[in-house]
Amino acid sequence: MTATTLRRLTGDEKHAPSAHSTLDVLRVLYERVLRISPETADEPDRDRFLLSKGHGPAAYYAVLADRGFIPEHWLDRMGRWHSRLGTHPDRVLIPGVEVGTGSLGHGLGLAVGTALGLRAQGFTEARTFVLLGDAELDEGSNFEAIAYAAAIRLPLTAIVIDNQSATHGWPGGIPARFPGWSVSQVDGHDHDEIDRALSVRHERPHLVVATVEPKWS
Amino acid sequence: MRETFVATTTALLDEDPRTALVLADISADVFAPALRRHPDRALNVGIREQLMVGVGGGLALTGMRPYLHSYAPFLIDRAYEQIKLDLGHQDAGAVLVSIGGSYDAAAAGYTHQSPGDVALLDTLDGWTVQVPGHRDEVPAMLREAARHDDRVYIRLGLQENARAHPDGGKLRVLRRGGPLVLAVGPMLDPVLAATRDLDVTVAYTNTPRPLDVEGLRLIAGGEVVVVEPYLAGTSARLVGEALNGLPHRALHLGVGRAEIRDYGTWEDHARAHGLDAAGLRKSITDFLG
Repeated sequence: MTATTLRRLTGDEKHAPSAHSTLDVLRVLYERVLRISPETADEPDRDRFLLSKGHGPAAYYAVLADRGFIPEHWLDRMGRWHSRLGTHPDRVLIPGVEVGTGSLGHGLGLAVGTALGLRAQGFTEARTFVLLGDAELDEGSNFEAIAYAAAIRLPLTAIVIDNQSATHGWPGGIPARFPGWSVSQVDGHDHDEIDRALSVRHERPHLVVATVEPKWS
Repeated sequence: MRETFVATTTALLDEDPRTALVLADISADVFAPALRRHPDRALNVGIREQLMVGVGGGLALTGMRPYLHSYAPFLIDRAYEQIKLDLGHQDAGAVLVSIGGSYDAAAAGYTHQSPGDVALLDTLDGWTVQVPGHRDEVPAMLREAARHDDRVYIRLGLQENARAHPDGGKLRVLRRGGPLVLAVGPMLDPVLAATRDLDVTVAYTNTPRPLDVEGLRLIAGGEVVVVEPYLAGTSARLVGEALNGLPHRALHLGVGRAEIRDYGTWEDHARAHGLDAAGLRKSITDFLG
């Protein structure tokens, strides 16, 4: 269903690998994990999903349409004048979108603040998820958030889609860049594996590395 | 002003569960009681200014009211893109409170100075900028900011006027006479001293953004001098727009663009930038002729 929906989105082919690499994780999140729906999209104790990797949001839009957050016909005009769907998402324009992103390296810091805000208000059931790309980790701002979340044992879940797109790569792989976090590594297309990794609640920050085919292969 | 800020913000945290404080090590010692009493919402993220603003944005998105604090060059200059995107683009608000704007950290050198903070915020939409001229103007600013979700920048300084003007939000006329001299925040006393025997109108504001353009249009004659404690000309665009259609001449005084590679005190730098009473008097009389 979502694959069909996804084909309606055109105009941002440059970011197609980026968009399609996230599709399975997004489906699992919205179909199995997140406690959110169009009806509860403004509840203060809802789960939060922040798409940090705002490039190539076609899969995100397709899932939001499938789940009823946005009308399907919005998908046909992505990036056009008077469309609500840009080639980077805007939370002010799109129901269900928690943050407007596109410039890399902003989602994880916002997610840390979101998780802190939920905790400070006693919303202990509410979980915070943030999705990043492996190349996005090159942005230094992420490391401020990674280290701080580990130091205060903040329960949030960061999902890194690894399609080996970082220009220089990273010795030791992605988990080596998240000291103090618990780690799951999953096949980025295997819904049951993704589900298991995302459904477990942790008392400290958790990293899920979802491996997909290399961007440049 | 810093002590007043610490006392008022600590009290706000005690009184209002919606408020939060985010620090990046600066002033963590003086906020120790608040950090201890409110571990869930008084936070010190370490020396991580980008994260401090991101955390502020995240807190605001959950409905809280974050106060963020550091030296101006780190709070504003370093984290500019986070301010633009993690607050403005998200339609989220925060209260940014700085120390060390312009040359307050004179002996520390240019690494710890920020004359361009207000000019940077002027590139963004929707910021209220408050520049108290006296410590007694600070508590009301902080408390008012707790009552809404807008984006507010409060710029605390070492330099103070002898008297507080807590009603300095709109342009407040302190002396009536000829051409208008508008003083922002701590520039008031040097302006009053510089113009003591001149036939000028002196007006004051501690809230230069949004600039009281209606007030300015009402009291400005054909000649206007603006004296700001940050980069000279920061308000030139707004003053120009306010006086659009009225024949006028304007002089904009403030901190010069060239880096002064010297140390000393804020008084030394004020003199070097022509912002002491003698320097202001010369500039103003040269302009008015």
